[in-house]
Amino acid sequence: MQLVLEKRAERSAYIAVASPLIAIALTLITMSILFAILGKNPVMALYVYFVEPLTDLFTLQEIVVKATPLVMIAIGLSLCYIANVWNIGAEGQFLFGAVCGSWLAVVTNGTDAGPWVLPAMLVMGAIGGAAYAMIPALCKVRFGASEILVSLMLVYVADLIMDYLVRGPWRDPQGMNFPTTAAFDPVATVPTLVEGSRLHAGAIVALIVVMLAAVMLGRTIKGFEIRVVGAAPRAARFAGFNSKQLVLFTFAVSGALAGLAGIIEVAGPVGLLQPGISPGYGFTAIIVAFLGRLNPVGILVAGLFLALTFIGGEGAQISMKIPLDLTKVFQGILLFYVLACDSLILYRIRFIRTFRAPVQGAA
Amino acid sequence: MKKYLIPLAAALALAVTGAGASAQSKMKVGFIYLGPVGDLGWTYMHELGRQMMVKELGDKVETTYLENVSEGPDSERSIEQLARTGHQLIFTTSFGYMDPTLRVAKKYPKIKFEHATGYKRAPNVGTYSGRFHEGRYIQGVIAGKMSKSGTLGYIASFPIPEVIAGINATILGAQTVNPNIKVKIIWVNTWFDPGKEAEAAKALADQGADILMQHTDSPAAMQVAAQRGILAFGQDSDMIKFGPKTQLTSIVNNWGPYYLRATKAALDGSWKPEDTWDGLKEKMVLMAEYTNMPDDVKKLAQDTEAAIIAGTLNPFKCPIVGQDGKEVECKGGTALDNGQILGMNFYVKGIDDKIPGK
Amino acid sequence: MGLVEAIILSVIAASTPLLLAAAGELIVERAGVLNLGVEGMMIMGAACGFAGCWLTGSAFLGALFGIAAGMALAAIFGLMTLTLAVNQVATGLALTILGVGLSGLIGAGFVGERITPAAALYIPYLTGIPFIGRILFGQDGFVYVSIALVIGIWFFLYRTRGGLILRAIGDSHTSAHALGYPVLTVRWMAVLFGGGCAGLAGAFLPLAYTPFFIPGMTAGRGWIALALVVFASWRPGRLVAGAYLFGAVTILQLHAQAFGLGIPSQLMTALPYLATIVVLVLISRTRNAAGSAAPASLGMVFVPDR
Repeated sequence: MQLVLEKRAERSAYIAVASPLIAIALTLITMSILFAILGKNPVMALYVYFVEPLTDLFTLQEIVVKATPLVMIAIGLSLCYIANVWNIGAEGQFLFGAVCGSWLAVVTNGTDAGPWVLPAMLVMGAIGGAAYAMIPALCKVRFGASEILVSLMLVYVADLIMDYLVRGPWRDPQGMNFPTTAAFDPVATVPTLVEGSRLHAGAIVALIVVMLAAVMLGRTIKGFEIRVVGAAPRAARFAGFNSKQLVLFTFAVSGALAGLAGIIEVAGPVGLLQPGISPGYGFTAIIVAFLGRLNPVGILVAGLFLALTFIGGEGAQISMKIPLDLTKVFQGILLFYVLACDSLILYRIRFIRTFRAPVQGAA
Repeated sequence: MKKYLIPLAAALALAVTGAGASAQSKMKVGFIYLGPVGDLGWTYMHELGRQMMVKELGDKVETTYLENVSEGPDSERSIEQLARTGHQLIFTTSFGYMDPTLRVAKKYPKIKFEHATGYKRAPNVGTYSGRFHEGRYIQGVIAGKMSKSGTLGYIASFPIPEVIAGINATILGAQTVNPNIKVKIIWVNTWFDPGKEAEAAKALADQGADILMQHTDSPAAMQVAAQRGILAFGQDSDMIKFGPKTQLTSIVNNWGPYYLRATKAALDGSWKPEDTWDGLKEKMVLMAEYTNMPDDVKKLAQDTEAAIIAGTLNPFKCPIVGQDGKEVECKGGTALDNGQILGMNFYVKGIDDKIPGK
Repeated sequence: MGLVEAIILSVIAASTPLLLAAAGELIVERAGVLNLGVEGMMIMGAACGFAGCWLTGSAFLGALFGIAAGMALAAIFGLMTLTLAVNQVATGLALTILGVGLSGLIGAGFVGERITPAAALYIPYLTGIPFIGRILFGQDGFVYVSIALVIGIWFFLYRTRGGLILRAIGDSHTSAHALGYPVLTVRWMAVLFGGGCAGLAGAFLPLAYTPFFIPGMTAGRGWIALALVVFASWRPGRLVAGAYLFGAVTILQLHAQAFGLGIPSQLMTALPYLATIVVLVLISRTRNAAGSAAPASLGMVFVPDR
């Protein structure tokens, strides 16, 4: 017996709907077994992970807060991936955008700068992220260097640039030498949407980004170009689409979105620049992009879903004393099932019987 | 099918109503940890403190911890999750949780918060930390006596005041017995990377340091010293089993008594937001057994410890001379005041290096 | 022991885990597969390697446990990306999440335990030769394995038919398939090999380098190994140079600090990554120089037509 994939003539609409459900069912079964082995009540554990966070306004808002940067970054990445451009350095673009935007907050700190500061910071964050993304993009189109690897290397460099700044020149003079900038002034802070909550205006920006991406991909020439170049590069060449320009374009857009997400995160929930502003958002967003099947609405759902597992994992630590490592295992398994099941949209699984010719004259 | 549905419904009902009725009579106490509970270092010692407190108070308390909480955007949510789930006393055990703790505390004025190593307080936020430099001073005295090469190796994490105060206290202690003592400092820019700590330890040993001390978390440096046949001080916990013939002593972060005291105060209603900065005297800082040294050095170490506990010796007693040769202003009368130590950003005379980023 | 000799010894030790993991990933990438889960496989190798050594009392058996753990995770990766044709980048990242979590669960019971680390080689007279003795004849088994591994890989890639097929598959899986080569089978073997190497690299840390286990002790070395493969432009010889260069920069930076030279440590830490980018650009410009550029099918999903 051998397992073989066979390409479907067209995407299976039926599986497309069923796939996440199958994946979740498989995860539930696997995790139930794992929870039972570890002596935890599986039903209750799954309830705490998936349902409890949805029953409360606080956790719902926190899910949105957590999902905001993930969705924004993933939307940009999805454009790249559809066009077959492999930006995996969004983490670096996120950090660099945060640094660029924060510069303004640092230099205007304690002055009477007007309400123009925050918009200017957001613009600088986006430009910073885009500029940083241009490095791998240009290396790709000018020299043919693999954008996967250049963008990945630049993540570390961005991290160290930020580290240097907050430990050196930008350190809060009143901060007892700890590596953070001074807390941003109110004019340099993203406003919250609900009094007393962390839900901030960035969530609306993320929603707008989702809508713009949906319109662009579905209704504009640029969106058509991205899809054609990705799906059929040869045909795209005949159609006169310039794939090099598209590399620059998709990198610029995804870098700008990652940078924007970075400065919003710093000027929003964190309120100052410090090491550790990103718990790996740029990498998690790659998973979000694929979970969402590179579709804007799908990414929105996937981002919220992944945020749910983070918040649920925290709840599980509190109410059931489930160790954090088990939550990571749970996330890993869930991702594998979802990705594997999505494969069935494009492919059909066939089991073929492999016949072995009887070995003649064997000793 | 029915057979399975009943326990399912029961479990759901239990989950919805919370942890059940027994929780009512207990006070819930929460902890936010920076690393995994098994890091053998900073977080591990807080976890031991929590366990000791639970052991003492038994069923009067129910404790919860959240581990691996990064100091970025997630920490505020994690703290608030504890606040919302009925925890009446919450310990946040790393400096980076300072502003998030204050923000959550403002929203939940009835809940008590205790923030480790910070300097901002509020009506329901107290701070606590250990006077670890007292232990460093004793280590300096021992090192000054024990070092043959006259060069100490110091593995430092980040140039924050606590670490700098530790380096200064070490040198001041060593200078009392060897005025010409030298120290080589390597900043590894991490609290926790055993490989890198080991590499730094080797580099220091290779450059002639014959006593290693560290302000990072893992026993890696102790093991390197053991391999090289030189001596070392442990950090955070007693690391004697990683270097039975190597460890001179170790600074032990002993949080248990404080957690017990604060929780008891919360239980009987006497809790106040205090600025607790306990040292050897209050046993928040302990010295592991003095080993691998001759009796006279051991006696000297014990006497130094006793003098600090008795209050007759202050590691930062004036006059203190900075690297520039000028005497540091003595705000505490006979010694530097707490503010000067908590914000320390200079090296004392005798350190031939400069603080990174300064 | 002189300072130079001591530095060389430190550099070799610091480079060994990087070299082991990168050697495995080099074969994986040469076969056209990009497995970004090296960090996850490494930390699993560390946890299981330590557990194995603790249970059996033998560092050698511990190393085998580590290899098996790395291969087990690699098998999940193979099942996902090769058999089920799932995107390699997403799968590799998910693999790291899984590996970090699993290693934490497995290793939790072993934190604070002690083992007898892998012994260093000792040959009478030879090990005692001044300067080169310890460097050549006084290392632990992992170091010799890492060098043998790279030589073996070089021989396999450039001197055997199997290596030729593997490279052909990495450069164009469709052509290789058309020629009748078993693309998926070869890739499966490459992925498992890479997993074993990553597991061994992880096991080196608690078995030889710092003999104890702590969750997360790989501290990003898996990602550095990925960078090294690129830095080496997918060539075994340059991989050795790259790994040792990387180790040397790390160690020399520490020595520079101990000398009190006052160079910002972030700049020193960033240097290897910047160097990797420069090398990548340079080799990509001169891609005609035989086989120096990336395998053309790297990271692409392959589903055979039937």
